[in-house]
Amino acid sequence: MATVVAETAEADAPVATLDRIWRTPPGLLGTLTSVDHKTIGIRYLVTAFAFLLVGGLEAGAMRAQLTHGDTHWLSPEAYNQFFTMHGVTMLFLYASPVLSGFSNYLWPLMIGARDMAYPRVNALSYWTYLLAGLLIYASVLVGQSPDGGWFAYVPMTGATYSPGLNIDFYTVGLTFLGFSTTVGAVNFIGTFFCMKAPGMSVNRLPVILWGTLSSSIAAVVFVPALTVACVLLYLDRHVHTHFFDAANGGQPMLWQHLFWIFGHPWVYIVVLPAIGIASDIIPTFCRRPLAGYTFVTLSTIATIMLGSGVWVHHMFATGLPQMSTSFFSAASMTISLTSGVSVFAWLATIWHGRPQFRVPFLFMCGFIILFVIGGVNGVMTASVPFDQQLHDSYFVVAHLHYVLVGINVFPVMGAFYYWIPKMTGRMLSERIGRWVFWLMFIGANLTFFPMHITGMLGMPRRVYTYASGLGWDTSNLLITIGAATFAASILLFLFDVVRSRSVGPIAGDNPWDAPTLEWSVSSPPPPYNFAVIPTVRSPYPLWESRLGERPASVLDAGPVLADGRETVGTDALDGEPVAILRMPEDSPWPLLLAIALAWVSLALVFSAWTWSLIGVALTVASIIGWLAPAAMQPARAEPTGSDRRLPMTSDA
Amino acid sequence: MNGSPSIFSPAGVGAGQIASLGWLLTIIAAAIVVIIGGLLIAALLRPRPDRSTDVMRGAEPAVATRWIIIGGLVVPAFILLGAFVATVLTGRAVASPPTPPVATIEVTAHRWWWEIRYRGATADLTVLTANEIHVPVGGAVRIDLSSADVIHSFWVPQLAAKTDLIPGQTNTMWIEARAAGVYRGECAEYCGLQHAQMNFVVVAESPAAFQAWLAHQREPASPPTDSLARLGQAGFAGHQCAVCHAIAGTDNLGRIGPDLTHLASRRMIGAGLLDNTPANLERWVVDAPSLKPGIGMPAEPIPLAGRAAVIAYLETLR
Repeated sequence: MATVVAETAEADAPVATLDRIWRTPPGLLGTLTSVDHKTIGIRYLVTAFAFLLVGGLEAGAMRAQLTHGDTHWLSPEAYNQFFTMHGVTMLFLYASPVLSGFSNYLWPLMIGARDMAYPRVNALSYWTYLLAGLLIYASVLVGQSPDGGWFAYVPMTGATYSPGLNIDFYTVGLTFLGFSTTVGAVNFIGTFFCMKAPGMSVNRLPVILWGTLSSSIAAVVFVPALTVACVLLYLDRHVHTHFFDAANGGQPMLWQHLFWIFGHPWVYIVVLPAIGIASDIIPTFCRRPLAGYTFVTLSTIATIMLGSGVWVHHMFATGLPQMSTSFFSAASMTISLTSGVSVFAWLATIWHGRPQFRVPFLFMCGFIILFVIGGVNGVMTASVPFDQQLHDSYFVVAHLHYVLVGINVFPVMGAFYYWIPKMTGRMLSERIGRWVFWLMFIGANLTFFPMHITGMLGMPRRVYTYASGLGWDTSNLLITIGAATFAASILLFLFDVVRSRSVGPIAGDNPWDAPTLEWSVSSPPPPYNFAVIPTVRSPYPLWESRLGERPASVLDAGPVLADGRETVGTDALDGEPVAILRMPEDSPWPLLLAIALAWVSLALVFSAWTWSLIGVALTVASIIGWLAPAAMQPARAEPTGSDRRLPMTSDA
Repeated sequence: MNGSPSIFSPAGVGAGQIASLGWLLTIIAAAIVVIIGGLLIAALLRPRPDRSTDVMRGAEPAVATRWIIIGGLVVPAFILLGAFVATVLTGRAVASPPTPPVATIEVTAHRWWWEIRYRGATADLTVLTANEIHVPVGGAVRIDLSSADVIHSFWVPQLAAKTDLIPGQTNTMWIEARAAGVYRGECAEYCGLQHAQMNFVVVAESPAAFQAWLAHQREPASPPTDSLARLGQAGFAGHQCAVCHAIAGTDNLGRIGPDLTHLASRRMIGAGLLDNTPANLERWVVDAPSLKPGIGMPAEPIPLAGRAAVIAYLETLR
């Protein structure tokens, strides 16, 4: 720490300067060029929530059809597109992006930085996500939405059996979306290892950082498997290769392996940051530090490592030898140990704490229950012979929704109630929030619990209608009632958010008396996040006086760095300052590059080769513009401040 | 068929063994949910001296670490070990039949129906039928599974676990019915537009009845005797029917759709869609696409006069 001279922020002058340096100019141009992580984070949250609503409407249409047997309100074409788009939307366009939204918004505020490591890449990640989502939904305009299920098994999705554009929107859309996921993940990894405030060693990080780091590493490693699968399928469909064509020496099972090598870790990618969120919210409302911090953080990493070796449990009915299925069965069961550790860490935190039943905490309690149910019904499906009965039945639908709704939606809802006051400066309603929670908790269980029963009674998944009199009628009616209850909770939440903007009580800096750095700044935070870069000495900087931690963190003194967009770069493990990082200005290139990539993607969907080549040229031009030397960017004054003992970097 | 095709009302040897494993796992799962739910409620509501104060201690209570290791790692590890042993034992038990199979049935999945073949010593003795499988009670039957188009999955919940039918490979499974009855079978892998209407029935009957059925199925269709049915036979060949459908003993040799040699002996039409009654058969023959949108069988606007004759002929195919 000797290398950075502590400099007290004097009066308002530096703050005004910082505000001028970091604030995105108003107007359309500012909106389109902003690289502020808070802006991008909120955009992610809003967009992901919009996709959640669309995916929910699709689910609602399916439930309307399945409420009673022998219903033919939806045609099989429509139903098959609805369930495919529901899966694609929820898994790719909601579950992962909503967590990216929280992480983007919160990370720099939690770790005492002024932005993410690569702000322009961050903007690129958002724009490509938005445009990939719109591209996939453009399929609705031509009436040919993906209809092969979210895992799109070949050969059904090959050119012979799916001659339309449906699957092209799927393969191209997901490949395009892969750009967003990958560059977003690289940004999180870079931020984790380089941007922590001085003194913020890895054992002092909020758990959401660990969850998102594990997810991001998994995304970088496993998304390429999906990309490869989609590219091979695209080639099979349009260039007449035979990767998946059994009649010409191809292998349909190759798709399943590639897809699930990606697909299973993807489930962990969309839950681990949420597990981190829960581990950060629970201590606030138990009025004590998290019990077993090391266990919880290590278990997120162990989950990803084990989770890379369980994909075959999606393929137990494909006729693989018992020896290999047994291996994957054992691995799939073992992974529940990491969940067990986390659950008992939360239980211990609650047991030794003083629970305060505020709305975010209610969602965490609901989350724990659903997590346990989604864990044990997962163990049931990990048992090979029993899975061969349950596989592709409604039991699996029950399991995956307990996992995704329980471990993603519930923590996310709690996170909205917890952090929206930080984002908007106003509290949501405690009273409406209780209604939202109970409607959602009852709705989720009423929707997804009877699906276990329906599956055990032999109802296969993905059927657009079913015959009455097979014992499936009552449970399907209950499921639809549950789904309506769930939908009501979402609408009530939206009402609460809109309402809070005008009449919500002013939140203040720290309405929950929470312990982490984001609560040390105003709500909403200023564009520069921190007037001075803090120095951190414990995982709970704002509780130190009560915890008796020595030495204490320093939040009101430190480097000001008011000579341009700058923040402190630290080393990977200990948070020792190693550089002053020059951060980029707002830039139009992320949006332009995203548009160029969308151009290529759209042309590929329609097999318009010339148009796609033009798009490639635009892409190259955008990259050149992005990477153009700093001389082409606004001139910047030479550093003058007294906190200049660290080497400067060029723009990230 | 009576009631649900429930995996917990097994009527087959394999399904029975898996149901036992299933009960074990279900009970364990339910117990874990109840215990952890109870611990959570206890942790939330246990009496505390003063709810409002913070519990800020620097050091972690040792008891918390102990809970995490014992409750989160050690106890679950033993439970999982038990579940895994039960899994492997059941897996071994259902991997092969207890006694050598008494018959082999070849099932080929098509979008969206099931082609069933009982291969005989000669081509004449081979039985070809569709969407209805007969098996003898008390004897294991080997089933060879293949697909003519996309991936499907063969599932008779009350008799045995499911196995996929994958183009380019033949998967094998076995079923052994313990009790006579008619059991619902389904396609369990999403296979396109009419995945929901790709069902079949398994008829388990006494070995004698099974042999009688098999012998009857080996016979070619008997020529129709009454004049209406004879007219219908000509109509069958005259319309498009014969392009896709075969009737053994006639010149109709189409192999695209199901073999119709003993159509009238089957319980259902349209792969489990409709009961096989003359009225339903007429609806099906005249306009199958309206009953099962997307299927290959076209609407066949047979004039009203000829229609009764064709149905009368088809009803002779017992």
